[in-house]
This record gives sequence, C-alpha cells and structure tokens, in this order.
Amino acid sequence: MDINNVPQDDSSTYAKNKKAIYAKDEDGSVKVVGSTGWNAEETVTKQALEDLLEHEAEAYCEVKKGLKSTLYYYMYSIRMDLQVLSESTGFFKWTISRDFKPEVFAKISEKRLAVYAEAMGIASEKLIVLEEKNYECN
Amino acid sequence: MSVTEFKHTHSAHCESGVMSSMLRHYGLNLSEPMVFGLASALTFAYLPFLKMGGMPLVAYRSMPKSIIKNIQKNLNVKMKLETFSNKEKGVARLDALLDEGKIVGAQTSVYWLPYFPEEMRFHFNAHNLLVFGQEGDSYKVSDPVFEFTQECDKDSLTKARFVKGALAPKGLLYYPVSVPQEVDLNPIIVKSIKKVAKSMLNTPVPIAGLKGIKYLAKSIRKLNKKNKRYAKLFLGHIVRMQEEIGTGGAGFRYLYASFLQESSTLFNNDETLKEASEMFLKVGDEFREFALIVAKAVKSKKEIDYDTIADKLDSIADEEREVYKKLLEFCAQH
Repeated sequence: MDINNVPQDDSSTYAKNKKAIYAKDEDGSVKVVGSTGWNAEETVTKQALEDLLEHEAEAYCEVKKGLKSTLYYYMYSIRMDLQVLSESTGFFKWTISRDFKPEVFAKISEKRLAVYAEAMGIASEKLIVLEEKNYECN
Repeated sequence: MSVTEFKHTHSAHCESGVMSSMLRHYGLNLSEPMVFGLASALTFAYLPFLKMGGMPLVAYRSMPKSIIKNIQKNLNVKMKLETFSNKEKGVARLDALLDEGKIVGAQTSVYWLPYFPEEMRFHFNAHNLLVFGQEGDSYKVSDPVFEFTQECDKDSLTKARFVKGALAPKGLLYYPVSVPQEVDLNPIIVKSIKKVAKSMLNTPVPIAGLKGIKYLAKSIRKLNKKNKRYAKLFLGHIVRMQEEIGTGGAGFRYLYASFLQESSTLFNNDETLKEASEMFLKVGDEFREFALIVAKAVKSKKEIDYDTIADKLDSIADEEREVYKKLLEFCAQH
C-alpha cells in the first residue's frame, strides 16, 4: 500500500487514536504511517459490538420480567459470555447457569458473590440490583 | 547493558513493538519489522475447534509469547520471564523492578485497560505493553499500538494483568538480563525467512499455513448452509482478527514486507528480497480488498455470494505461495 492510500476515515472505534500501518512512501521505502481509521474495519468491529449489545438488551428485559437474575444481565453488560465468565471465576458453567435463576441468585453466599464481583469488576452490592437503562422491553 | 532514556515507538503489533522498544532501550537497535521477521512471527492458522466468544480462532501471527521466546533464542538475548501465583506479589515485583530503573514488559487483558477506546475493549488476554515508570497511583505505559504513551491507574493495570481464563497472563512480566550490543543479523535473517516460508508452504496439518487459508476459504463456501446471522458474524470475525488494533493490519503482511525490504539492504540490496517485499505489499493489499468485500457483505441486506469471498481468499493463498517460493530461492543462494 502507498502512503497516500492509507485510509484516514476517522473511525469512532479508534476514539481519536491512530493505528500504525506500514506503507510505502514516495521513495519506495516502507515505514509506519498513522491511520485515523478505516471504514471496512469499523464495520466489522461495530458488527461485533452490536451483537454484544443485543445480548445485553435482551438480557436486561429478561431480568426485568423476572426470568433471569441480575448476574445474567451484568455478564453481558461487560461483554462476557458464559464461557468467559466461567474461565474468569473458575466456576463450572452449570453452576453459573443455576445462578442465572433469580430464586437461586437471591440466596447466593457472600463468598461466591464476592468471586463474581472480583472477576467482573462490579461491587457485590451493585451486582444484585438491576441498574437503570433505557432498554425497551415488550 | 547500557541504558538510555526510554523512547516510545508506534508499532503495528504489540509483542514485536514491545520487544523492539525494549532491545533498543538496552542498546540493540532493531526495528519492529526486524524483530517480527527475526522471530518468524508471520503465520496463518485457522482452528475451527478452538472457540473465542463463540467464534473459531483465526490467527495471522504466531502464538503469544513466541516473539519473546524466538528473539531470545535467535539473538542470544537473555530474558527473564516471571509469572505470579498472587496479585500482591505481582504488583510488588513490578514496582520493585521499576524502582531499579528497569523497563518491564507485561502481558495483559485488553478489556480492563481504561485508555483503550471503549469500542475496542474485548476480552482478549494476550496483549503486550511496556511499563517504564510509576508516579503516585499510576503507571507510565508504553503501549506499542498507541501513538503516544499512556497513564494507567495501578488498580486497572493490576486487574488487566491478573484476569483468568484463556491465555491468562498470570501477571507475566519480562525484561532482558543481558543484551548483545552487536549481532550478525544476516545468518539469522536467512534462517528465520526459511522457517516462515517452509512452514507456510509445507505444514502437514490442514489448519495452518497456506493450507489453513484454503481451509478457511472452504468453510466460507459452506456458510450458505448456516443461518445468515452466524454467517455474517463469522465473516466479520475473520476480518477483525486480520485488521483490529493489536491483532493485524492486513494480517501483518505489510509488516513482513518492511522486514524483507530492510533485510535486502543488509544483503547489498539483494534483488530477490526486494522483489519478495514488493510481492508481500501486494498480498497485503489483496487482504485489504478481501476485508472490503466482507465489510460490504456484512452491511448488505441482499444474499451473500460466499463463493466470491472464498475465491478471493483462495487467490490470495496462491499469490502468497509465489512469494514463499521466491524467498526459498533467496535462502538457497545464501
């Protein structure tokens, strides 16, 4: 790629940062150029984010309806899934799935809750309350 | 080891960036592309059975830590790598090393680094950065994929160092114990180029090297049997692994082209290497075209033509084969 073709699309996913791309300058030597973004890359990054956000919104509504515990929503809100949460806590997936039941999660031990809090970076007392969000649930 | 004032450099890849900055700091001046090349870090692997975030692993570069290890082996640099069983020890050790005036490499998660753009924060645990100082409650961080140095509060960096799970860093810190001040690069260049070319051409398993690219193309052809939402996410995932910060930029082909160009000057402007460098730049362009086609398909509401996308990938693999053959010609002459 020539230096002049390095995309400068000002992608929101870069948040005003620049990415180093190696490209060829006028003299034919390859060196680092800062790129402010590339639309193609932004498209696929946002696609992944939207997928995560969809999970988060669905989870929020399920918690609101009393079908799932707050843990289920917060897992998605920090871009985790059952796999990552299980690895981060060291808990078996099936035991986490049990904690997704509101009646089970309501009786969770403080010790177990603290493990979730640590792994998720959310304080225990916050983990058990659903935060206010503007998701439309029907 | 001589010590100069630390200088941050903007790099295309975290691990080669860290190693390049670190070696230069201790007196061995090697560019990022040179480090990447000497570590034979260029590769391709498609591991459909290994899932991350529900998506199969697609890698355009070697395994995490392999650059550190290969540089150590090939350049006779002695590195110390330390992991920790508990957080407190890990924090104390980093602080002590910084107090000694060292600059220290660290493996971290991306998600817990507050200076990362919000939209780039995913749970990927094999990021690399350099810590070059501390002030009050924060560390001075040289993250190679960022243009400028960053401040990172201690709690966040500690959290990022001690996440658990796939590729967990376990607080990994690394720094050189001895760095040769002069290295005869030429024989190492030949050896490392040969390694990349051979493994890309001849890997016996169908998931790695050029066979891996072909295998991925084949999987794309089968996507019409999957649901469309998954198909689009899978395609997008391939491109993210290729382009996103810290992971790619046309799958590192431009970076490798730069290495070949620099190497050519060390071999009296070797024409074969120059040509191979040009060829790799073109392959990099083709990878970006592939990304463009995918991005269009992801956005479009119409049916996706999976065969066209797969054809593109197939032709990239064929083009890349010619470059490796050229590189083996060079190796045969030296």
